[in-house]
Amino acid sequence: MSEHELNARRLLCPMPVIRTQDRIAELADGDLLKVTCTDPGVLHDIPAWCRIHGHEVVDTQTIDREMILTIRVHK
Amino acid sequence: MGKDSNIKQRKAVSLISGGLDSMLATKVVMEQGIHVEGINFFTGFCVEGHTHAIRAKDRKKEKRNNALWVAEQLGIKLHIIDVIEEYKDVVLNPKHGYGQNMNPCLDCKIFMVNKAVAWGWMEENDFDFIITGEVIGQRPKSQRKATMPIIARESGAEDRLLRPLCAKNLPETLPEREGWVNREQLYGFHGRNRKPQIALAESLGIEEYSQPAGGCCFLTDKSYSEKLSDLWQSRGDRDYELDDIMLLKVGRHLRPKPHYKLIISREEGENHYLNGYQHEFTMIRTVSTGGPNALVDGNASEEDLMFAARVVARYGQGRNTDRVVMSIKQPDADLQEVSVKPLPPSEIPESWHV
Repeated sequence: MSEHELNARRLLCPMPVIRTQDRIAELADGDLLKVTCTDPGVLHDIPAWCRIHGHEVVDTQTIDREMILTIRVHK
Repeated sequence: MGKDSNIKQRKAVSLISGGLDSMLATKVVMEQGIHVEGINFFTGFCVEGHTHAIRAKDRKKEKRNNALWVAEQLGIKLHIIDVIEEYKDVVLNPKHGYGQNMNPCLDCKIFMVNKAVAWGWMEENDFDFIITGEVIGQRPKSQRKATMPIIARESGAEDRLLRPLCAKNLPETLPEREGWVNREQLYGFHGRNRKPQIALAESLGIEEYSQPAGGCCFLTDKSYSEKLSDLWQSRGDRDYELDDIMLLKVGRHLRPKPHYKLIISREEGENHYLNGYQHEFTMIRTVSTGGPNALVDGNASEEDLMFAARVVARYGQGRNTDRVVMSIKQPDADLQEVSVKPLPPSEIPESWHV
């Protein structure tokens, strides 16, 4: 298991979802991906994308205007 | 082993827009035992999702990407593909021309079906055919009886393209001929009447769905198309970057002179959004009162910037005062504060509004 980070600041949905999707395609089962975003739409869209693809959002934080979602990859 | 173990599970890719028709088309095929996965293309002009994040008044609305929501309701995977760069050629050079505005709907549909066909993933994962929610007569430009074979042919999908909602009005396709799907359980919808779709949704137990009045693309919008035409005309070049087309969705656009344009925020959410561009554009802010932020797009001179500050001040809370302090920040220069007299509304002609 390894931990990875993705900077999706300034991107508006669905771009953060697309970047998350493409990054997760490169990761292994059990890996963690921390995605940092500024579009509040990700709070809905990334968990929705994770649910339909079987991944798990294990943590969500909002700090100032940034949203940080941590995803556990399931393959 | 059961006797059915040798029967191959047929698979289809469905173009999911987030609207009702693609949702129904997918569901109808799933009901026939086909494994379906969705695909959604992000062109940069999609109305879905991203623009809701900009305006503060829209922040109160539920932020939902309808394509993702539809996929979740249907219980299918959805693959979202960034086609921003490739899509430029569709917008700039549509072989079949534009619709009422800058919408190249027929070329767009051909492009998207072709992308699904050409997508290596589909072949690698052994998918057999493609589904769209098209209905003959639904759209004046792209969804006509005459355009259906054009889309199938020019996309390269040929008879692997199934339109479940109007299949009975079209020749048999490969999945029908091979018996993967039963043609009798498909539909013969046509025209702009939405009642058949609404009745079908009800019969399938679909109670909630999205039906955007203006379609799913900003290029069908008259005002947006005019801004895009203005952008090309002012630059003398028919091209764009993602930031260009995003900024066309934000603020009021005024062009006091041919060589520069002002993008003036209308509320707090747009103020924050424009702030994100402060390192690429000259930014004018209202300092002494509440008021908008504005970007200067073009090659404005010092004199132009002073005048632009007066224009921006007109939209702030100090519009009726004698002087307002404004800041002007050019990307490679120090911040400059100036005191200006707000331009009276009578001196802002309608022709400046893009």
